[in-house]
Amino acid sequence: MSHYEAPIREPLILGHKSYHDITEDIAKPIEGKANKNWYIAFYISLSAMLWGFGCIFYTVGTGIGVWGLSKNIGWAWDITNFVWWVGIGHAGTLISAVLLLFRQKWRMAINRSAEAMTIFAVFQAGLFPIIHMGRPWNAYWVLPIPNQFGSLWVNFNSPLLWDVFAISTYLSVSLVFWWTGLLPDFAMIRDRAVKPFQKKIYSLLSFGWSGRAKDWQRFEEVSLVLAGLATPLVLSVHTIVSMDFATSINPGWHSTIFPPYFVAGAIFSGFAMVQTLLGIMRKVTNLEAYITRLHVEYMNIVIILTGGIVAVAYATEFFIAWYTGSQYEDYTYLSIGSATGPYAWAFWSLIIFNILTPQLLWIKKIRRSFIWSFLISIAINIGMWFERFDIIAIVLSKGHLPSTWWRFEPTFVDVGIFIGTIGFFFVLFLLYARTFPVIAQAEVKTILKSSGESYKKLRDDNHE
Amino acid sequence: MSSSKVIHAFYNDDEVVLDAVKKVKAANHHIEEVFCPFPVHGLDKAMGLAPTRIAITSFMYGITGLGIAIWLTYYTMIADWPQDIGGKPSFSWAENMPAFVPIMFELTVFFAAHLMVITFYMRSRIWPFKKAENPDPRTTDDHFLMEIELHDNEEELTALLNETGAVEINVVDKH
Repeated sequence: MSHYEAPIREPLILGHKSYHDITEDIAKPIEGKANKNWYIAFYISLSAMLWGFGCIFYTVGTGIGVWGLSKNIGWAWDITNFVWWVGIGHAGTLISAVLLLFRQKWRMAINRSAEAMTIFAVFQAGLFPIIHMGRPWNAYWVLPIPNQFGSLWVNFNSPLLWDVFAISTYLSVSLVFWWTGLLPDFAMIRDRAVKPFQKKIYSLLSFGWSGRAKDWQRFEEVSLVLAGLATPLVLSVHTIVSMDFATSINPGWHSTIFPPYFVAGAIFSGFAMVQTLLGIMRKVTNLEAYITRLHVEYMNIVIILTGGIVAVAYATEFFIAWYTGSQYEDYTYLSIGSATGPYAWAFWSLIIFNILTPQLLWIKKIRRSFIWSFLISIAINIGMWFERFDIIAIVLSKGHLPSTWWRFEPTFVDVGIFIGTIGFFFVLFLLYARTFPVIAQAEVKTILKSSGESYKKLRDDNHE
Repeated sequence: MSSSKVIHAFYNDDEVVLDAVKKVKAANHHIEEVFCPFPVHGLDKAMGLAPTRIAITSFMYGITGLGIAIWLTYYTMIADWPQDIGGKPSFSWAENMPAFVPIMFELTVFFAAHLMVITFYMRSRIWPFKKAENPDPRTTDDHFLMEIELHDNEEELTALLNETGAVEINVVDKH
C-alpha cells in the first residue's frame, strides 16, 4: 500500500472527501460571489491604503522632514516597519521551503497563503527604504550600474547594499516558487471555468499547464531544488537585515547575536501573522476541513520554539549590557535604563506581548484553540513591532553625548504610512483570497489517501 | 502532420493508474502520455521516462551566478574604482572577500533559481498565452488520462485497458 500513515497521527483533512470534493471546495471562493463581510473588510483596507498613499505623496513632495526624525534619530518608524514587514514574510518561505525539505505534510494546507503573505509583506517592506531615500525616482542608483558621475559604483562593502540584493533575490525567488506551484491549480480553475472571460484569464495565468507525466516529474524536481535554494535564502535575508544594525559601531546594535536572533524573531512574527490571517480565512472561505486544529497547534509549536529563542536572546542582551559595566550600555533597548526611562512603556510592551503572552501556548487547550491562537498571534504581531521600535528608537535616543539625547515622537505622516501599508497588505490579501486557489489543491490531493480522515478510519477499521 | 488514431483511457485513482501503466508496458504497448491532476510517485519510472536533469542545470546556473558576483565585486570595488571604505582592503579582492560573501551568495541563488525555472518552463513548453494541451478538462480535477497510439489493435487494447480498471475509454483522432 503506497498511501500509509501511522494511525496515531491525526488526520490533516477532515470529513469524507474525494479528489473531486477538494477541487470543489477550493474553487468555490473563486467561482462564488463575495459576501458583505468581504466588501466591508476590503473597503476599510482600501481606505487605509489610500490614506497611506496620501501620506507617501506628502512625504515625497515635501521631504522626509515631515516625519518625526531628527539628526540624532535618523531611523525610527520607517525602518521599524521595514524590518517588521520583512520579518513577517519569513514564515511563508519557511513553511513552503524548509517544511518541504523536512517532508512535513501539514504544510500543504497553508503554504500557498503563507507564501502569498510573504510576497505581499515584502512589497510593504520594500516601500520604506525607497521612500526613506527622499528622492525615490533615484532608487535605481542602488543597482550596480555606472552612473552619470563617471564610473563610480555602488559600495559592495555596505550591509545596506547587501539588503538590496538579499531582498530583491528573496522577493523574486519567492514569487517564481509561488507561481510555479500555482500553475496546476490555475489550470484546475481554467478547466472548470464556464464564463469565457474567466477561462481566458485563468488560461493566461496557468501558462497552458497540461499536467503531463514529464511535467510533473520536472515540477517536483524544481520544487525540491527551489526549496533547497530558498532555505538558506530565507535565513540569509534577515541575517543581512540584522547586519544593517550589527555592523554599525553603536552600543545596543553592535551585537554578534543579532543574525540568529533576528531570524528566529522573523519566523516567530511570521507564524503569528499566518495564524492571524488563516484564523480568519478558514472561516470566510469555508476551508475548515483543510486548515484544522492540528495545523494551528503545529504552528503554535513553532511559535513557542522561535519565541523561546527570542526570549533567550533578550536575556543574553540584557545580561551582557549590564555585565560590560559600560555606561554607554545603560540605555540600550534591553537594559535597566530603558525599563525605567521615558520609553518604559515601549520596553514593557515588548516584554509583555513578546515574551509573557506566548507562554500561554504551553497549555495544550490554548494551543489548540482557534480564538486563543488568534488573540495571541495579534499580541505577537504587536510585540514584534515593538522589538524593532525599541532596537531602533530607544538605542538612538541616548547617544554618547547628553547633547544628542532626543525623544522620538512620530508625526501623523509616520503613523499614516504605517497604517497605509497594513491597508495595502490586506487589500492584496483580500483580492488574492477571491481570485487565487488559496490551498495547493494538487498537493493536498496527494496526501488525501494517507492523511484524510475517512481513509485513515477505513484503514484502522480494517486492521482491527 | 498526419492524422492518427489514439486511444484515451480514463482512470480515477492514482494507484490504479500506476498499476495500469505497468500492465500496459508489460504488454509491450507504447504509452504516448499520461495526464495527471497531481503528481503520482513512481509514475515516471513505470512509464520509463528518463530522470530529469533540471537540478544539474540549476547547479551550473548557480556556478555562473557565483562567477558573475566575483567578477562584479572585483571589477567595481578593486579594479575600476577602489575606495577606502572603513579601512577595508580595496587593493586585494581576496582580502576584501568576506564583505562580498552576501553578494556572492545572493547572486548564486538568484541565477540558480530563476534560470532553472525558465529552463523548466521552456522544456515543458509552458509560458503566458500558451494554450493548454490536456485533451480533457477532467485531467486537472480528479481523472488520469492515458494516451496510447493505435495501430489497428483497437479491440485488443480496449480489452486490456478495461481489465486495468479504466473508467472510460475513447478512441479519438489526433491531429
